[in-house]
Amino acid sequence: MRTEPIAGPSGAMIPVARTRHWGRVLSAVAALAIFGWLLFLIVVNPRLDWSAVATYLFNERILAGVWVTVELSVLATILGLVLGVVIAIMRLAHNPVLSRLATLYIWFFRGTPVLVQLIFWYNLAFLFPALIIKIPFTSIGLMWDTNQVMTGFTAAMLGLGLNLAAYFAETVRAGIQAVDTGQSEAAYALGMTPAKRMRVIVLPQALRIIIPPTGNEFISMLKTTSLVYVVAGHDLMTNASQIYKTNNMIMELLIVASLWYLLLTTVATFLQGRLERRFGSDAVRLVRRGGVAAKVLPKVPA
Amino acid sequence: MSPVVRATGVRMSYGDVQVLNGVDFEVAAGEVSCVIGPSGSGKSTFLRCLNGLEPVLGGSLRVLGEEVGHTLRDGRYHPWSPKEYAAFRKNIGMVFQRFNLFAHHSAQENVACGPVHVLGTPKDQAGKLALELLDRVGLADHAHKRPHQLSGGQQQRVAIARALAMNPALMLFDEPTSALDPELVDEVLEVMRDLAADGMTMVVVTHEIAFAREVGDRLTFFADGVVVEQGRPAELLANPAHERTRAFLSSVRGPGAPEAALRSDA
Repeated sequence: MRTEPIAGPSGAMIPVARTRHWGRVLSAVAALAIFGWLLFLIVVNPRLDWSAVATYLFNERILAGVWVTVELSVLATILGLVLGVVIAIMRLAHNPVLSRLATLYIWFFRGTPVLVQLIFWYNLAFLFPALIIKIPFTSIGLMWDTNQVMTGFTAAMLGLGLNLAAYFAETVRAGIQAVDTGQSEAAYALGMTPAKRMRVIVLPQALRIIIPPTGNEFISMLKTTSLVYVVAGHDLMTNASQIYKTNNMIMELLIVASLWYLLLTTVATFLQGRLERRFGSDAVRLVRRGGVAAKVLPKVPA
Repeated sequence: MSPVVRATGVRMSYGDVQVLNGVDFEVAAGEVSCVIGPSGSGKSTFLRCLNGLEPVLGGSLRVLGEEVGHTLRDGRYHPWSPKEYAAFRKNIGMVFQRFNLFAHHSAQENVACGPVHVLGTPKDQAGKLALELLDRVGLADHAHKRPHQLSGGQQQRVAIARALAMNPALMLFDEPTSALDPELVDEVLEVMRDLAADGMTMVVVTHEIAFAREVGDRLTFFADGVVVEQGRPAELLANPAHERTRAFLSSVRGPGAPEAALRSDA
């Protein structure tokens, strides 16, 4: 907006009037009034014990829960991303069996609620009391007690990771299909096999398209982990709920949990922004020397 | 010596649309064979059949001594696996209309890509070879640039260097100058001229009549999925035997214009 005076008809400099944005002022006042009132109602509410919020914010069990939530989110996201790439490639394979298997996987895991999947994995012992890997018709092999393997944590990681893989596979497929077919033709013309073309030419370029949405998946995962409390995964939500079940300070602990979730997503959003700036628009930066991608992606010497 | 390419009655179709209707075509070793024809005549499709990018559905197509897409074994032709296609294509360079340089690689990496990932050449050796080839196409100073930092003409020269890095026995050019701004056409043709002078066997689908006349050993006119006529470029351009060839040439040159001075896509 111009603030510099303009020379008028007589040659004198005449200042530019400031535009008043009455709509903005009005909406700001209304918003302040409404939120202020709501905040006031909560803050002064005698049934809410703010000192308990402060105490529990850095409670040992809460902090342990935060750590488990972060750990679980990272591991489940990694599992989901890796498996998602594999399923996307299977989905696009010429082999109709692989392609149908991938479709079936996506159909199943997208079609059942993640909550159901979590409870299913956690209770796997009902179906298979022991997990056995052995050479058929011999007694050579390994055996585990299912209930020892399927802790709340592993059940949560499997449930969340396998579920994410189904969604992420579709993102990867879109990324792969967005790479120009000319790139594949050039790779074939050089004498590459389909697998080599995928690994050396197509996937590195598809990554550029796929990476930004992975930030979103991770942020979403941070909060989806709260479902884990149904299988006692000892994450933030589980621990918070276990505390309020004993002392009945439900609202206080929900506030504590929410503050932590907000902090985690804020950090993740910041990281996502950096990720997008790095991979979003410019292909040049993709395999920049010394960058993470340069280490991850196959490349020939410059 | 048996020809590098021998096509007999080659047929190909996309679904119900017949694209090639029995193409007979031959290229001898060291020959520069130019192919012209109206769009939709099947000339590009035929070129893509030569390295197996499109499947031949009828007739016989022998390239570098092999029946493209099939191997004769125990009295039957067995379809190639992806690996066999890959092995076959190692010896054939291809240059595309839209360059198709690998967008995530620098010029040098593009050229080194084939030797490193297909031939297993050590990286430093391939990098050196790439620099030499870039120098040959006049782009040694641009080795570290990415495709989008290069002009169309430069990109196409990198693409030629990339194909040459595989040391091919045959080079295929699919309208290599059609996507270029007019002032960039000559730098690409110059590289192709040098290549021809070095004795490279080349099949060039093009609209560059002047190039075909000057560099080509043989000129073939395609229309409706068949070879209408072929011969030495100067003779065919001066005395086309078929009405279709005459009509095409006059549409390309413009009525009454001196042929050598004009390009179809300029």
